[in-house]
Amino acid sequence: MKPVSIDKLRIQLGSAVILPDVSFEVNGGECFGLIGESGSGKSTVLRCMSLLFNSWSGDIRIDGTSVREMSAFERCRTFQMVFQDPYGSLHPRHSVRTTLSEPLKIHKLDNHQQRMESALTDVGLPVDFLDRYPHQLSGGQRQRVAIARALILEPDILLLDEPTSALDVSVQAEILNLLVRLREEKGFTYLIVSHDLAVVDHMCDRFAVMQGGKIVEILPREAIPDNQAAMPYAKELIAASLKYERTVE
Amino acid sequence: MKELNSDTILSVENLSIRYRGTPTDAVRNVSFNLGKERLGIVGESGSGKSTVGRALLKLLPTAEIKADCMQFRDIDLLNTPEKQMLKVRGQRISMILQDPKFSLNPIQKCGPQVDEAYRNHIRCSKKEARQRTLAMLESVQIRDPERVYGLYPHEVSGGMGQRIMIAMMLLTDPDVVIADEPTSALDVTVRLQVLDILDALVRDKGIGLIMISHDLNLVRNFCDRVLIMYAGQVVEALNASEMHNARHPYTKGLLAAQPHIGGPRAPLPVLERRPEWLEDVKVV
Repeated sequence: MKPVSIDKLRIQLGSAVILPDVSFEVNGGECFGLIGESGSGKSTVLRCMSLLFNSWSGDIRIDGTSVREMSAFERCRTFQMVFQDPYGSLHPRHSVRTTLSEPLKIHKLDNHQQRMESALTDVGLPVDFLDRYPHQLSGGQRQRVAIARALILEPDILLLDEPTSALDVSVQAEILNLLVRLREEKGFTYLIVSHDLAVVDHMCDRFAVMQGGKIVEILPREAIPDNQAAMPYAKELIAASLKYERTVE
Repeated sequence: MKELNSDTILSVENLSIRYRGTPTDAVRNVSFNLGKERLGIVGESGSGKSTVGRALLKLLPTAEIKADCMQFRDIDLLNTPEKQMLKVRGQRISMILQDPKFSLNPIQKCGPQVDEAYRNHIRCSKKEARQRTLAMLESVQIRDPERVYGLYPHEVSGGMGQRIMIAMMLLTDPDVVIADEPTSALDVTVRLQVLDILDALVRDKGIGLIMISHDLNLVRNFCDRVLIMYAGQVVEALNASEMHNARHPYTKGLLAAQPHIGGPRAPLPVLERRPEWLEDVKVV
């Protein structure tokens, strides 16, 4: 279980400041949420951490080691990302077998078949799905494959970028259950980006509310039901979500 | 041709739609009546809810549409030639689409787009159209309509864009508005605002609203009646206030699968799909 610490993460492109100053800590084995409107920079934080976006200053450390000092191999073995849209994140002309075996080849790991089978079993798919192509799978099954791909290098941390927002509620329930189960079994640290407070509340222990590239407030899960947020924007966001939800009772 | 009683604006009986080159119907046996009310259609992706909305406007040139009856006021939509449909579409039945980023023309300023939509249907001078547009932008609670009139779509936010779409669609005083996932692309904080605006206008003008959505909560709050679709069929029709008494296992499953704020963190109940749900059902 590895902790993550992000310290004074800043992105400036020319005169435009994209992220002014983002700092937060995630404990090992914790599930931490990032929530905010579109364009608030929540996904950007994950992209910086995984070095998919490189022009940032500040410090991101995993278990004390800066991500910039890690080799690409080490980084991939430490954390993996699951993207929002399983329709876009899987290569349409690669079978599930190719998708899963590629990282194994790159990292020169042994027992390919066994590792692929156990990854598929972990995400609740039958082993004979290895020879299917993405178009032969439903949205939920695709997202499971994307999660299996993230699991195959046995990372400690999963970065989940809106893992269920492209899916129906019924399928979302399956994927959320799967993520909860995996964390219990393997002790992952999760960083979840979401715009849905109900999902964050279901999954996370603590979460950060972001607006315009800044972290407005970091709150524990318990603060949601009676809206104990102190900052006006966080309060507004929680109130809107609650209002949306309350009428359902 | 069927005579509609005065309360009914739109009547659909046994609507079936099949896309060209596919072996099965995308939508089958859908029947409903719409009065001056808000009707919700919910279902998962691929259940045929948007297809129904598009079929009402005959926006499916490659699909075969069959129905016992598809009557809108005095017009038989099924047998209306395309030329006449041009007068129905946008003037008497209009449609609000999901994402304003894609439904507004990116290289034309917002205001003139609204003017154009209006002048397409109603003869008037440019000046008059502009005035109507400004008044309408104001009624969708855009604070500075003069300024927004001259902005390009990329210069406005998603919520503002959707309000401009609503203004454009309601300007011609349609009888029916079909809103296809009107707020799915918006953030929670603006979602309610936009819905409130749409709701208020629809009530004031006595418009029949068909709200297509995958979001049960939304439909429950903003509609009077709800049709639940599964695999191209309406499996259940309910009053929105009686949603918690849903009887069909699919509706129950969808309601239970949603995580709730402050809910227990037990694993969410997962929908178990049953083959018998695919059998023909008759819902009145």
